[in-house]
Amino acid sequence: MEFTVNHQALAYLVAAILFILGLKGLTHPASARRGNLYAMLGMVIAIVATLLAREVQSYGFIIAGIAGGAIIGGIVALRIQMTAMPQLVAALHSFVGLAAVLVGIGTFLHHQHLGLLNAVLMGEISAGVVIGAITFTGSIIAFGKLQGLLSGAPVKFTGQHLLNAVIGALTIALAVHFAMTGSLLSLALMTVLALVIGVTLIIPIGGADMPVIISMLNSYSGWAAAATGFTLHNNLLIIVGAIVGCSGAILSFIMCKAMNRSIINVVFGGFGSDSSAGESAGAQAAEKGVKSAAVEDAVYWMEDAGRVIIVPGYGMAVSQAQHALKELAELLGARGVEVKFAIHPVAGRMPGHMNVLLAEADIPYDQVLEMDEINPEFPGTDVVLVVGANDVVNPAAKEDKTSPIYGMPILEAGRARQVYFLKRSMRPGYSGVDNLLFYQDNTYLVFGDAKDTIEGMNTALKGGGH
Amino acid sequence: MPEALDPSLIALYVFVLACFIGYWVIWGVTPSLHTPLVALTNAISGIVLVGALLVAGDPQAGLLVQLIGFVAVLLASINVFGGFLVTHRMLSMFKKKKK
Repeated sequence: MEFTVNHQALAYLVAAILFILGLKGLTHPASARRGNLYAMLGMVIAIVATLLAREVQSYGFIIAGIAGGAIIGGIVALRIQMTAMPQLVAALHSFVGLAAVLVGIGTFLHHQHLGLLNAVLMGEISAGVVIGAITFTGSIIAFGKLQGLLSGAPVKFTGQHLLNAVIGALTIALAVHFAMTGSLLSLALMTVLALVIGVTLIIPIGGADMPVIISMLNSYSGWAAAATGFTLHNNLLIIVGAIVGCSGAILSFIMCKAMNRSIINVVFGGFGSDSSAGESAGAQAAEKGVKSAAVEDAVYWMEDAGRVIIVPGYGMAVSQAQHALKELAELLGARGVEVKFAIHPVAGRMPGHMNVLLAEADIPYDQVLEMDEINPEFPGTDVVLVVGANDVVNPAAKEDKTSPIYGMPILEAGRARQVYFLKRSMRPGYSGVDNLLFYQDNTYLVFGDAKDTIEGMNTALKGGGH
Repeated sequence: MPEALDPSLIALYVFVLACFIGYWVIWGVTPSLHTPLVALTNAISGIVLVGALLVAGDPQAGLLVQLIGFVAVLLASINVFGGFLVTHRMLSMFKKKKK
């Protein structure tokens, strides 16, 4: 029996269903692994159905490409540290973007050769190439910022928005010209300008907004795939692209809401650069000074506590403290202390970053709670341990109307009986805003590397004991 | 014979309806799995591989086009393999409390 276009379309439908079921699996950690397997199966079906198509006649380049991709992708996926997930994701987004650009240009040359070009097709090619190019360079900049190759600080200059608008308008004009005439020069110029937009769009966004950038680029990579689907009249690409595009958009929305900022504000705002002068509440509190405490003080109060809540932030990832935290949670648990972890939606550098690190350290997921679930529990909690988090517990978000983070939903750590803040220095958080929680009467700062400090606590708990 | 519908319009139907499916499915994803969600969507957006295969697999179009296709196949494959594997690795770490 011959494998016709109709057979292929049916296979694609099965693949699309498997992808949807796969994502649906992520509703709960218990069903998530099965979901991932569904999605893998969908991908296998999609690839086989494509290879059987009549258009595919030579397999040399394909086998070489897939084999190379399997080796590189496999090695990277198995070796990557969980703390480096944001960088990996940014790098992978850039690959989708570049692949979409190449497929667009390749399809143009291919169809030109066969004499199958028309204005609609070239319009669709333009969309795929432009979105792909923006995704590509934007992700590279995001990767550079996350990897520390580029400064995390927002890059801003006068006339920036005007420049972006001009380049954007030129790109659209070239896309229209290309669709009307099929000029290769227009296609090339349009691609170059779109690559520039990717850079100028991401450089003004500060490091604190990385979770939004990652989500946004995730969304773009989906739209790039969908546009490629329109180019190739391939419904599977359209379906997958639309779902991925939506996924990234929803994550961006959730991240923005967790910072009480609009997406426009994040994209054009450039957070974390200006230090506002004036006698703000933060400055007043600073005059009161802060109290520091030793490891033993924290241990003394934690070991007899009813409930301890640990608030992890990016600092935990930096000092790789998650494994020490797991031991601390177990030691306290053995003494009958109820230990919970509280996660703010924008803690870390990408959505859900902290959850993965805690899972890596073998901390059961039912011990890890989201902001809305855990906030009512702070008032009845004896000790809160803040590990490398800052802005997400800053009461200025509720109390100080002049604060740039005012209105952002926070973890209400300050309402617990005592707060121990593990800190390396008095440096403010990524937003550049001073933390009012430091100066509260029930807050104590424990200076030092987070991992060393927690290991110190573990030693004290194992040795001491009343 | 009835008038034929423009294929681009059908594509638009598929696109819009898929957006609705995406909206409902993604809102159901638990926040604790948002990192695996990004990794998994990344892996499945490697579906541009399908487009890359079509470009790389037709020798009629000439060597340059096939080479462009080859690079696209390579990049998309890194996404597919890397994305699924790293998602699997992460999801294997999420465990319930041992009773």
